[in-house]
Amino acid sequence: MRRGARRAAAVALLLLGLVAFYELYRWVWSSAGWTWPFAVTDVSMPHVWTILKAFGEPAQVNQPPLAQILFHKSLFTMKEAIAGFVLGGLVGFGLGVVLVHSTLLRRGVVPYIVASQTIPILAIAPMVVVWVNPKLPGPLQGWGAVAVIAAYLTFFPVAINTLRGLQAVDPRALELMRSYAGSRWTILWKLRVPSSLPYVFAALKLAATACVVGAIIGELPSGLQSGLGGAILNFNQYYSIEPQELWATNIVAALVGILFFVVVVLAEKLVVRRAPENRG
Amino acid sequence: MSDQPVVRIEKVTKVFPRGNVTALQDIELDIAPGEFVSLIGPSGCGKSTLLRVIGDLIEPTEGAVTVNGKTARAARSDHDYGIVFQDAVLFDWRTVSKNIAVPLELLGWSRDRRAKRVDEMLELVELSGFGDHHPWQLSGGMQQRVSIARALAFEPALLLMDEPFGALDEMTRERLNLELLSIWQQLGSTVVFVTHSISEAVFLSTRVVVMSPRPGRIAGVVPVDLAYPRTVETREDPRFFELVTQVRELLRKRGEHLLPEEEASLLEAAE
Repeated sequence: MRRGARRAAAVALLLLGLVAFYELYRWVWSSAGWTWPFAVTDVSMPHVWTILKAFGEPAQVNQPPLAQILFHKSLFTMKEAIAGFVLGGLVGFGLGVVLVHSTLLRRGVVPYIVASQTIPILAIAPMVVVWVNPKLPGPLQGWGAVAVIAAYLTFFPVAINTLRGLQAVDPRALELMRSYAGSRWTILWKLRVPSSLPYVFAALKLAATACVVGAIIGELPSGLQSGLGGAILNFNQYYSIEPQELWATNIVAALVGILFFVVVVLAEKLVVRRAPENRG
Repeated sequence: MSDQPVVRIEKVTKVFPRGNVTALQDIELDIAPGEFVSLIGPSGCGKSTLLRVIGDLIEPTEGAVTVNGKTARAARSDHDYGIVFQDAVLFDWRTVSKNIAVPLELLGWSRDRRAKRVDEMLELVELSGFGDHHPWQLSGGMQQRVSIARALAFEPALLLMDEPFGALDEMTRERLNLELLSIWQQLGSTVVFVTHSISEAVFLSTRVVVMSPRPGRIAGVVPVDLAYPRTVETREDPRFFELVTQVRELLRKRGEHLLPEEEASLLEAAE
């Protein structure tokens, strides 16, 4: 418990240091009049307190405070991101399991999986919306397509790392299972999957942040206003007048990513039992 | 029934296609029920390959292996043997008890039956009270005892051991030698034991099979007529030294026409 408290104190101290550095940089650049790499103004770098104050004020007349709006929008984006994370995680894991059992498929399919990730997500998102949305039942309309886009970013690290983890089995452990005449299925569940978990969780940590990014980007071409992506697009247009609102939204987006990451780390602590030196 | 060998190896040859290496050539060996047979030889003599051929983990290029009167494949499917490797090969994500239970789970034993047998096995290898530990919390010697318990949990007639104590320090190795003999005598199983320690082979075995490399062949068989139970004093028995010398000479005689580096590997094996 004391270790936890010390760690929390360290995180708080670091955050405070960052804020101090930001404000110091601001002060030095603006008072010296330096314009490299960019001129520091209230628009390019609003004060930290301006950003914090923005949370408490309505962004538009007759609206609740920004914090409340962003809270609801982040819930919507989290719904998309979680669905994308689960969908992408399952697809990625399934692909890894299939590919570990077939050299032929591995040779044929892996290059396409890699190629799929070289296409910018922003270029694919509109197509996914057009393809997926008409097929979705009512309650999934709109956000379901965004979840698919988030899944598109999630499945890749999971598939690649699952495959690597399933392959990285101690060859003598495989001999041992064969000596018990274990079937492929038994070997998969009793040996390959548990020994691949550190690899899978390394991928899930990447996926946890990737799915949030995927959900936010996916909202842009979908024209969805209910999520953080819609808010970012909206505040982008007013940046030169009220930059603090975009900053505040970005902070919330980052917090959502961090929350996802922390949840995966906690799940890993619960699930993965390993020698201390082999823990990720 | 009692005359039938547990292991019958007939004209077994194994050629590895990669590099066209003849790992085993015309191996003939019968192992009777209750025997403790050691396979000894320098690295590259095919002793581990032979052990894997018996266990149907490697298929011979020619010849046949019969275990308990069945083909090696059928014997493996029937769980006729347990195997122990140089490293314990325990699953980190399972406790000691659950590691021992792995083969029992594959055999479809009920939870209660598994728990009961695991407790018996922990007692057998003197690890009662460590069932809930994870492998990394145990010393190397303790880990190897868990791996022996796992190999014996389903009471196989045959125990295959591939340099099981090779990675342990001398003191631990000698203590585990004594423990292994006592387990072997309690259970009456048959053991095939790969080692490159001459004294270990002589101390444990009813017979020592000396192998020579390139191609892997049986250079000679030394029956060990030391009485059981063998104790710390056995190692000081003059007969023990005679037998050690006999094995060493078989290893060395085969080394005469070898290349210098092969000679070195033989001498290393004779340490």
